[in-house]
Amino acid sequence: MSLAKPSGFATDVISVATRAIRSLLREPEAIIPALVIPVFFYAINIGSLQDVAEQLPGDIDFKAFQLPVAIIFAVTGVSRANVVVTDIQTGYLDKLLITPIRRSALLLGMMIADFVLVFGLSLMVVGLGFIVGVRFESGPLGVLAFLIIAAGWGLAFTGFPYTIALRTGNPAAVNSSFLIFFPFAFLTSSFLPLEALTSWLRTVARWNPVTYLLEGLRSLITEGWVAEDLLRAVAAVVGIALVTFTMAFRSLQKRVATG
Amino acid sequence: MLSSPVLSDGETSVKLPAVTAITTNDLCRSFGEEHAVAGVDLAVQDGEIYGFLGPNGAGKSTTVRMLCTLLGPTSGSASVLGLDVVDAAAEVRLRIGVALQEAALDEKQTGREILELQGRLYGMKGTVLAERIDTVLQFIDIGDAIDRRVGTYSGGMKRRVDLASSLLHEPEVLFLDEPTTGLDPVSRAKVWEEVKRLNEDLGVTIFLTTQYLEEADVLADRVGIIDSGRLVAEGTPEQLKREVGNDLIVVELGQISDVPLDVIKGVPGVTGASLHGQELSVSSSDGAGLVSGLVVALADVDVPIESLTLRTPSLDDVFLAATGHRIEPGEDPTGEQPIDTDTEEVER
Repeated sequence: MSLAKPSGFATDVISVATRAIRSLLREPEAIIPALVIPVFFYAINIGSLQDVAEQLPGDIDFKAFQLPVAIIFAVTGVSRANVVVTDIQTGYLDKLLITPIRRSALLLGMMIADFVLVFGLSLMVVGLGFIVGVRFESGPLGVLAFLIIAAGWGLAFTGFPYTIALRTGNPAAVNSSFLIFFPFAFLTSSFLPLEALTSWLRTVARWNPVTYLLEGLRSLITEGWVAEDLLRAVAAVVGIALVTFTMAFRSLQKRVATG
Repeated sequence: MLSSPVLSDGETSVKLPAVTAITTNDLCRSFGEEHAVAGVDLAVQDGEIYGFLGPNGAGKSTTVRMLCTLLGPTSGSASVLGLDVVDAAAEVRLRIGVALQEAALDEKQTGREILELQGRLYGMKGTVLAERIDTVLQFIDIGDAIDRRVGTYSGGMKRRVDLASSLLHEPEVLFLDEPTTGLDPVSRAKVWEEVKRLNEDLGVTIFLTTQYLEEADVLADRVGIIDSGRLVAEGTPEQLKREVGNDLIVVELGQISDVPLDVIKGVPGVTGASLHGQELSVSSSDGAGLVSGLVVALADVDVPIESLTLRTPSLDDVFLAATGHRIEPGEDPTGEQPIDTDTEEVER
C-alpha cells in the first residue's frame, strides 16, 4: 500500500520555496552582482550628477532621489529562472512533475524565494542609504512600505525571465531577458526629475510604470505619506505583475502539458 | 504482493479489486511525422519484473513517460493499477515511483534534502518521513554521503539516491528507465541487487527499460522486446531463447553474403537457419554434434568460413530473430559486451 496522499497546496509551495531559498544561500556568487551593481551606480550617479541636480528648481536631495533608483537596479531581473532552466535541462523538473505536486506551486515556490531575496537586497540598499544620510519622512512604517513596494516590483518583474525560461528552456535566452530591464530602468526619471527631461523622453517616461514606482518610493523618503503617489506606485507594480504573471503561469501550463 | 491493493485517501480506505499492474492498448505516441511508439499492447502482472528491452530510440523512454503521466498518448490507452494515465493522472502519480534515465537531482541539495522534499510532496512529514528516509537508506549503500551535496556524488550514487527517492512513498509500481546506463560494472551489480530485493522483499511491480541484454536476462521475469516503436517479441527470457533453439551456431562468412539456406536447413540436426548480412545463424538441439556436418555442407557449396561460434542463444539472438538486426547499445563506458553465455569459439 502506498503511503502517499495529496500534500496540500501550501505544503507544495513551501517545499519548493524552501529548496529555492536553500540553494540561494548556497550560491552567494549569484547574489553579489545584484548588490555590487546598485552600489556602483548609486555612487557614480551621485558623484556625477548631484551638484547639477541640486541646482535644479525644486530643492532636490539627490541622495534620497537616487536611492529608489539603486533599489530598482538591485531588484529588477533577479529571479530563480536560471534554476528553472537547469531543472528543465537536467530533467529534475520531470522528476518533480511525476510527484503529485500542484503545477502552479512549482512557480509560486520559486517566486516566494525571489521575494525573500529582493526584500533582502532592498533592505541592504536602504541600509546603504541610511549610512550616507538618507532619512525617511514617512518614518519606520514608511521604510517598511518602501521595502514591500520595492520588493513587490522585483517580484512583478520576475514574470519576464520565468516566461522566457519556461518557453525556451535556454539559459542564454534567460540571461538576455536582462535587456528588458533597460527601457524600464532608463526611459524614466532615473537620473533627473521628470520636469528636467527632454520632451520626448518625458513623454516616454509618462508611459513607463517605473516612473510612478520611483515617484511613490521617493515620496516616502522626502515627503511622507502621499496617498496619490503611493497608489500610483502600487498600481504600477500590480499592473506589471498581472501582465508578467499571466505570461509566466501560461508558459508553465504549456511546459507541463502532456499533449 | 498486490492482490488486494488499498487506496488510502487519509480519511477512508477503499478496497479495490485485484488488477493487472500495467495495461496498454494500442498505445501510440507521435512527434510530428515520427512515430516513437506505434501501437504497443502490454499486460504487466502484479509483482513481476517486466524488462522492456530495445536499442536507443526504440520507444522505451517514450512509453515510460506515457505510463508515468509525463506525456499523453497520441492514440490508444494505458492504465496503471487500473487507473487511466490520462483521466486519473493525479491518482496514478500517488501510487507509482519513477527513476528516470540520467537520475536528475538538484546538485545544490544534499541527498537527504532531496529525499525530504520528495517525501513532503507525497504528503509525508515529521517522524513518518524521517523513518521512511531511514528505511529507504537501508536499501541503498550510500552511508554518510547522504548528508553531502549531490554535486559531489558519482553517477552511481546519484542513481541510488534517485532510486531511494522513488521508493519513499512505498509505490506499488516502480518504473526504472535505463537504471544502469553509464554505470560501471560494480555500480550496475549493486542496482541489480537492489531491484531484485525490492521485488522479492516488498513485492513491488517493476517496469524496467534497458538496452542491455544481460540486464533483462538477469532481472526480468518477462521481457518485451521493442524496436521502432513496436513490441516484436514477449515472454520469459527462457521462452524467448528457446524459440530461437537450444544451441546456436553463428558463422561469420567473410566477404560472402549469399548462402543457399535450403542446403543448410537440409543438414541433419538443423532446426532453423537465417542469414543476416554476413552472419549465418543455425539453430539446433545438438550444436556440438552439428558443427562438423555444417562445415562440410558449407564447404560443398563453396562458402568460406571466417569464424564459427557455438553457444546457447542469448536475448541478442532473440532480438536478431525478431527484428533482423542486432541490438546495439549506445555508449557503454564499461566496455561490457552483451551476454554470450557458454561461448565456445572455433576458429577455422
